[in-house]
Amino acid sequence: MQKSLHIDPGKCTGCLQCEMACSYEHTGTFNPSRSFIKVFTFHDEGRFAPYTCTQCDEAWCMRACPVDAISIDASTGAKVVSDDKCVGCKVCTIACPFGTINYAQTTGKVVKCDLCGGDPQCAAACPTDAITYIDADWTGYDRMMASAAKSLPSAETTAG
Amino acid sequence: MKHLIIGAGPAGVIAAETLRKSDPDAEIAIIGDEPEPPYSRMAIPYYLIENVDESGTYLRDPKAHFKAQNIEVVQQRVDKVDTGKKNVTLADGKTRDFDKLLIATGSHPISPPIPGLDLPQVHSCWTLEDARNIARLAQSGSNVVLIGAGFIGCIILEALVKRGVNLTVIETGNRMVPRMLDDKAGGLLESWCKQQGIGVHTSCSVESVTAADGDQVEVALSDGGNLSAALVITATGVKANLDLLDGTGIDTDFGVLVNKRMQSSDENVYAAGDVAQGVDFSTGNQEVQAIQPTATDHGRIAALNMAGKGDEHQGTLNMNVLDTVGLVSCSFGLWMGVDGGDSAELYNADEYQYINLQFDGETLVGASSVGKTQHIGVLRGLIESRIELGDWKQKLMADPTLIMDAYIACTQELGYA
Repeated sequence: MQKSLHIDPGKCTGCLQCEMACSYEHTGTFNPSRSFIKVFTFHDEGRFAPYTCTQCDEAWCMRACPVDAISIDASTGAKVVSDDKCVGCKVCTIACPFGTINYAQTTGKVVKCDLCGGDPQCAAACPTDAITYIDADWTGYDRMMASAAKSLPSAETTAG
Repeated sequence: MKHLIIGAGPAGVIAAETLRKSDPDAEIAIIGDEPEPPYSRMAIPYYLIENVDESGTYLRDPKAHFKAQNIEVVQQRVDKVDTGKKNVTLADGKTRDFDKLLIATGSHPISPPIPGLDLPQVHSCWTLEDARNIARLAQSGSNVVLIGAGFIGCIILEALVKRGVNLTVIETGNRMVPRMLDDKAGGLLESWCKQQGIGVHTSCSVESVTAADGDQVEVALSDGGNLSAALVITATGVKANLDLLDGTGIDTDFGVLVNKRMQSSDENVYAAGDVAQGVDFSTGNQEVQAIQPTATDHGRIAALNMAGKGDEHQGTLNMNVLDTVGLVSCSFGLWMGVDGGDSAELYNADEYQYINLQFDGETLVGASSVGKTQHIGVLRGLIESRIELGDWKQKLMADPTLIMDAYIACTQELGYA
């Protein structure tokens, strides 16, 4: 059974441990600005929403890539960027309608969530279980995917 | 089922792969007339920068991929399409039959009627062959004139600067990338380029190119200026490759007119990518977009329909992302706005920061930005989802940088509800 990140914004306290863990895992530094998961803060309502790539089936980024630099990790299902192949053209960053693959000026490549090879550090670091790594068919995850998908009419026809 | 694809660019390759998935037993062949394996023009700037060699521009691993997918790749020019007999004739005289045909022949660079563009120092920047010529002539210390500051012109600036040439750009429009960015954004690109030591002449055209001493040419400008150059690059737009369809009776305009299934006026012939004039998401009109994301979306939609498994699509969104010597800009949809629509912008010229949002009622219909690389894709999400923004419209009017917040708030369950 493949697993997925499940995010429950209701449990998020905005502590940013996930951003620290992600940044440390991928860059070796505690620098939230280089994290692939981002906690959005809604001050008016006192709410927080951690947000990152859902590894969507449409794989807009992968399909738009002109040089085959994004592929599916067979064990996790994550869409993974190959630094060797990425030329930094940024087409994927406009093709992804969720805004979750981004260009990193420091490396000249794009970066995105890779599920840490099957042990996502954001989930490990989250003290309140707002981020968990669970079986992909769990209904909450389906709901999250559905809410993302319903927002994109063109996804339906190109999902094949 | 025999699927034949003419054109080995991104639209053709994605179509072939999608067909293989949808129709495992079909015969699938891609016919392309360039001597290299299927490659991406999008990667050429990075080849010129020397970040990648030629193989880094290949769309797929040419040795293993197509064979593994059982997709035949034929390197030949197609001379004739016969929709009655349902076959095509190749340059070597052989014919190939098809049940479904995909026209993915792309486009070719066009040049304005300027005398002297046939001189050997003048090159377009479109194919790998062009790139090799540019790399050969763009030597450190040499003078280079680039005609056209459109998308292609701008995206190769960095490579030319890194090669150490003395560079001057001539653009007939009143700003850089006039078909992708507005006055403010185009203005930012211009001052950025000048800061990098690039000469920029806007509202200016080239009147002639003439042979001069040595291997140099003289470039005469409409503002009275005269430039000496070792290399002149023309980047003045592209036009769909339609010649092949002459005499077939297939309806064309600027491109092959296709419906929402990417099907032409002949039910067995489809078109995708730069050559296709398909439905635009924003306007509902048939338009040629000539951009990478549309090529791949077209290829996929066409293939699904060729395999009888597709549906009508919603139209493709026009969008671009451009790196001009390190300054990243992008635009989406109706970035120039609509009559009676509201707009929001943040402009900080000193920091080269700009974001502009265009609304129609409660929904976002267009956007552009300069100097922003984080979460820009969500602009596509906001536009294509036609989300009714509600309260978030006013929040975006007050602070247009909150695009990701707006998207999350409007699409995700935030808890505590």
